[in-house]
Amino acid sequence: MILTIAHKEFRSLFAMPSTWLLLGALQFILAWFFLARLDAFLQVQVQLAQLANAPGATQSVAAPLAGTAALILMMLAPIFTMRLIAEERRNQTLVMLMAAPVRSWQIVLGKFLGLFLFLLLIIASCVLMPLALTLGTHLDAGLLFSNALGLLLLTASYTALGLYFSSLTTQPIVAAAATLAVLFGLWLADMGAADSDMAWRAITPYSHFQNFNEGLLRSADILYFALFSAAFLLLAIRRLHNNRTYG
Amino acid sequence: MSQAITLSARNLTRRHGRREVIRGVSLQLRRGEVLGLLGHNGAGKSTTMQLLTGTLMPNSGAIEICGYDLAKQPTHAKACIGYLPETPPLYRDMRVDDYLVFAAKLHRVARSAIAGALAETKRRCGLEDAGGKIIGTLSKGYQQRVGIAQAIIHNPDVIILDEPTVGLDPTQIRDIRALIRELGNAHSVILSTHLLSEVENICDRVEIMQHGQLIYGDTSVRMQRFGHHTGFVVTLLAPPALAELKAVDGVESVEALSDTRFKILHTSDTNSAAALLAAAAEGGWQAQQLTPLQGNLEDAFVQLTQNETAA
Repeated sequence: MILTIAHKEFRSLFAMPSTWLLLGALQFILAWFFLARLDAFLQVQVQLAQLANAPGATQSVAAPLAGTAALILMMLAPIFTMRLIAEERRNQTLVMLMAAPVRSWQIVLGKFLGLFLFLLLIIASCVLMPLALTLGTHLDAGLLFSNALGLLLLTASYTALGLYFSSLTTQPIVAAAATLAVLFGLWLADMGAADSDMAWRAITPYSHFQNFNEGLLRSADILYFALFSAAFLLLAIRRLHNNRTYG
Repeated sequence: MSQAITLSARNLTRRHGRREVIRGVSLQLRRGEVLGLLGHNGAGKSTTMQLLTGTLMPNSGAIEICGYDLAKQPTHAKACIGYLPETPPLYRDMRVDDYLVFAAKLHRVARSAIAGALAETKRRCGLEDAGGKIIGTLSKGYQQRVGIAQAIIHNPDVIILDEPTVGLDPTQIRDIRALIRELGNAHSVILSTHLLSEVENICDRVEIMQHGQLIYGDTSVRMQRFGHHTGFVVTLLAPPALAELKAVDGVESVEALSDTRFKILHTSDTNSAAALLAAAAEGGWQAQQLTPLQGNLEDAFVQLTQNETAA
């Protein structure tokens, strides 16, 4: 049942021209950034070779690319998550799901999964572009993996947050604005916080992502993202359930 | 009336804040029955339907569908319901076929049975040619049909239709009514409407709602007679005195509508038309036209709802 909803969600994204446009534009930006980093790396490569422990291609090209993708996802995720439930409510199609023999948690997980799989495409392109470099150089597989995993978890948490805000309202735009405001606020908090300010660091997704970005796999970070996503998914399920109780 | 009961609701109550919008509604529905839910705007028809389909929880009361309790076994109970809300829940950017397949999967139709169910449903709803079209491009009538198709594709025992013919043209209304009548033979159907002719045409039973309560329920044939004396209007070109008319066997009252037209009411068990015509032939009253008074649902409805307001 979850897969039925996820599949429908995934397919309906591709029915919209705007999705293709966004995907295309995004790919263009990421590719541009990738090539620019690669170009810069090639120019300093000779000097770098003389250093001991010099940063390799993965660290100079793949990691910054993932960092940029994380920032772009912050702005992109709300655009996709806003429609998930709010638009169904506005078009009065949510009733169909509510009247069908489907549980609230199945609806929420189905929608989450559908969009998450879609966003995986973007992450995949962020991983595939650096992977193309294996043709000419040796890549740090560990660093690449931790970056990919970091992006994955970050996307999951953004999607869960957006899904929750989408479940609160009837207007997709309101959901998008709220999601963006919270994500941007958290990012600013992370930027503004002093390095010693552990409390702020602990609650912002972006700072946890930075550990992955540097190749640091910490179970605390993974746990953070899992909890963050689960909390907002549970809140969204709760909201849908209340929909039946309070109308 | 020995058919199995498919839906039973007991004492449903629903509050919005402090206001009770549904008060003590109890309903029973048997297989093969079409029940019309009638009421003014805001009487609570749609809310009742939302309660029956599990999209809204009642504050108190219990609903049982095909033997499953809607609150305790929602997935089992809901699998037996097909629901068309007031606004058909259509994904406008999907193709009709994809949409109906999605609806079938959502209602747990077995994967192997989907193709058959899709073809059968499209045939029933007259959607054979529309399969590949995008729902948003269809006309209102076709969209309504897709909405109904979505509600019946899993062959549910109970079909709940909220104002299924609103906004359709007369031919489409006729088609949809025929479809509902056909569905009513094998399933139980509840439909809400404020079109009285709809109820007269297709419903076996009527429940009238007002202020969140069911105030009257009966078979629609009996209901048409509600509060009505039987009688007729007769035109006599050479009328006798009123007293003479009143003396005819079985006549209860006579009212002169004009010099030549009289409204005559008689007791419901005797028909005094024959006696009157015989008397007219004998007395040379030159009887010209005799029109039976027809009780219609509209009068009964108005009378009932007004009584309730006055009370």
